[in-house]
Amino acid sequence: MWRDATLVAGRDLRVEARSRVTVNQVAPFALLVLILFAFALDPEGPVLERATPGLYWVTVLFSALLAIARSAKLDEADGVRDALRLSALDPAGVFAGKAVAVAAELVALELLLGAGVVVLYGADPAGVGLLVATCAAATAAVATAGTLYGALVSGLRVRETLLPLLLLPVLAPVLIGATRAFDAALGGVPADGWPWCGLLAAFAVLYSVAGALAYGTLLEGS
Amino acid sequence: MIALTHAGYLAAGWLGTAALVGGYALVVLRRGRRLSRHVPTEERRWS
Amino acid sequence: MTATTPAGSPSGPPPTAPATGAASAAGASASAGGDAGHRPPAGAGPAHTGSAATRAVGWLALASLALLVLYGLVISPADREMDDVVRLMYVHVPSATYLYLGCFITTLASGMWLWKRTPGWDALAETGAEVALVFAFVTLLTGSLWGRPTWGTYWTWDARLTTTAVLTALLVGYLALRRLDVDPDARSTRAAVVGLLLVPNVVIVNRSVEWWRSLHQSATLARIDPTIEGDMLVALMVGFLALGLVFTWLTIHRFRVAWLEQQADRVDLDAALAARRAEAADGDLDSDPHEKVTPA
Repeated sequence: MWRDATLVAGRDLRVEARSRVTVNQVAPFALLVLILFAFALDPEGPVLERATPGLYWVTVLFSALLAIARSAKLDEADGVRDALRLSALDPAGVFAGKAVAVAAELVALELLLGAGVVVLYGADPAGVGLLVATCAAATAAVATAGTLYGALVSGLRVRETLLPLLLLPVLAPVLIGATRAFDAALGGVPADGWPWCGLLAAFAVLYSVAGALAYGTLLEGS
Repeated sequence: MIALTHAGYLAAGWLGTAALVGGYALVVLRRGRRLSRHVPTEERRWS
Repeated sequence: MTATTPAGSPSGPPPTAPATGAASAAGASASAGGDAGHRPPAGAGPAHTGSAATRAVGWLALASLALLVLYGLVISPADREMDDVVRLMYVHVPSATYLYLGCFITTLASGMWLWKRTPGWDALAETGAEVALVFAFVTLLTGSLWGRPTWGTYWTWDARLTTTAVLTALLVGYLALRRLDVDPDARSTRAAVVGLLLVPNVVIVNRSVEWWRSLHQSATLARIDPTIEGDMLVALMVGFLALGLVFTWLTIHRFRVAWLEQQADRVDLDAALAARRAEAADGDLDSDPHEKVTPA
């Protein structure tokens, strides 16, 4: 399974490296959203500073939607789905590989956006350990849930609109948890943030298991 | 009965509920009638 | 082949010819070729989703709704603190309960469908979610109308309210996935995965939201919890009974509609197949199609 996961993740990332959609489109989009938030909320006042964790994670979620849709789309063209089904790759491995690839893109995005909020919003990254742990857990949560729901909508005509409708309510706890943890790390008491980190990790574990179990069924049943 | 306080809220709540549930019930019944014409009797096991 | 439907092939000969062996074998259960009639069997059975049982449930529901109006709006006393607005509770609390019941039905039926793959479970999963959505709207409506005079606001980021809002969004998404016009089997599988995750998602959302509110904004709104007793308790129980009967009635009828939809899809497919076969059989009735024999 892990070998299969490595293969699939390598394939997805290679396609990504060649097409450069994440670099050329998703990343600029994410930065643009950050700038738009600054326009919407007075950048000189205290509002932006207080809202920074929330804005950061909302931006991550929106950019993640694009990355997930992209990842799901890779398997639509040219009968890739059938090829995957016939390839004797473990479906759980395929799921893990795609999730890892999405997670890798998300980490890159989060680093970029982190630099963005430090530069543009003047955030002060204090509790580094908590920030890193939160990012890791939230990335895993978004990548696993996103890969599963991406497979659910792939191949449908309305996937662009259906994916956010299905995925965003599911990710609501991730947004809450990651925002609270960042809040604690940036301004509050870091100790308050660790339980939220635990929640994110539990979410990631749940969706890893659900995705690994369901992916085979989804590959077959379409 | 007329002398209820918050009569407006009560009326909106109760009548709104009636409209939602009743409307949905009518829609379901109508869909059932329309579909029944497409389906042979022996598949309508409850009839 | 058994029923000529309006949706059935507009071209080609009407598939009245007694189905050949192959065609009737492909037919769905029990439909015996051409004797049941080629026109909509309107006279044969009731052309609706009602039955003796649902009529009984329906009348009981109406009677208990009348009783609910009597108890909820007339007999039960006003609350000491909330006055008469407490009467929204007799609708609000039961409908919230049945909202969650509908979600459980969907998750359970989705799991059963993934396991057994029998179409009834699929229909039940769809039914549970749709009925639950109706009760979700009722819950949100009565809840906000109750909140306005009691808390001074239609909406507050209370754990229960937020959970209900997210749950409503989840149900809308699930039903949107079900509405899609794609291959029914693929749709059912995808919907079943979403449906199976419905209750776990609600639990996670509820946990996180409750935690969120309790950590960061404890007790901004003193929730008024009336001690419910006497006629108020009776009225609440009548509410549970009446809306439970309504829920049952809606579930049965909606389930039958879902069942009819599945059957209608199949009947349409059969009609189309029969038409194709009739076209194909036109030329070569008594020859192997692989041999290029000039048709007589």
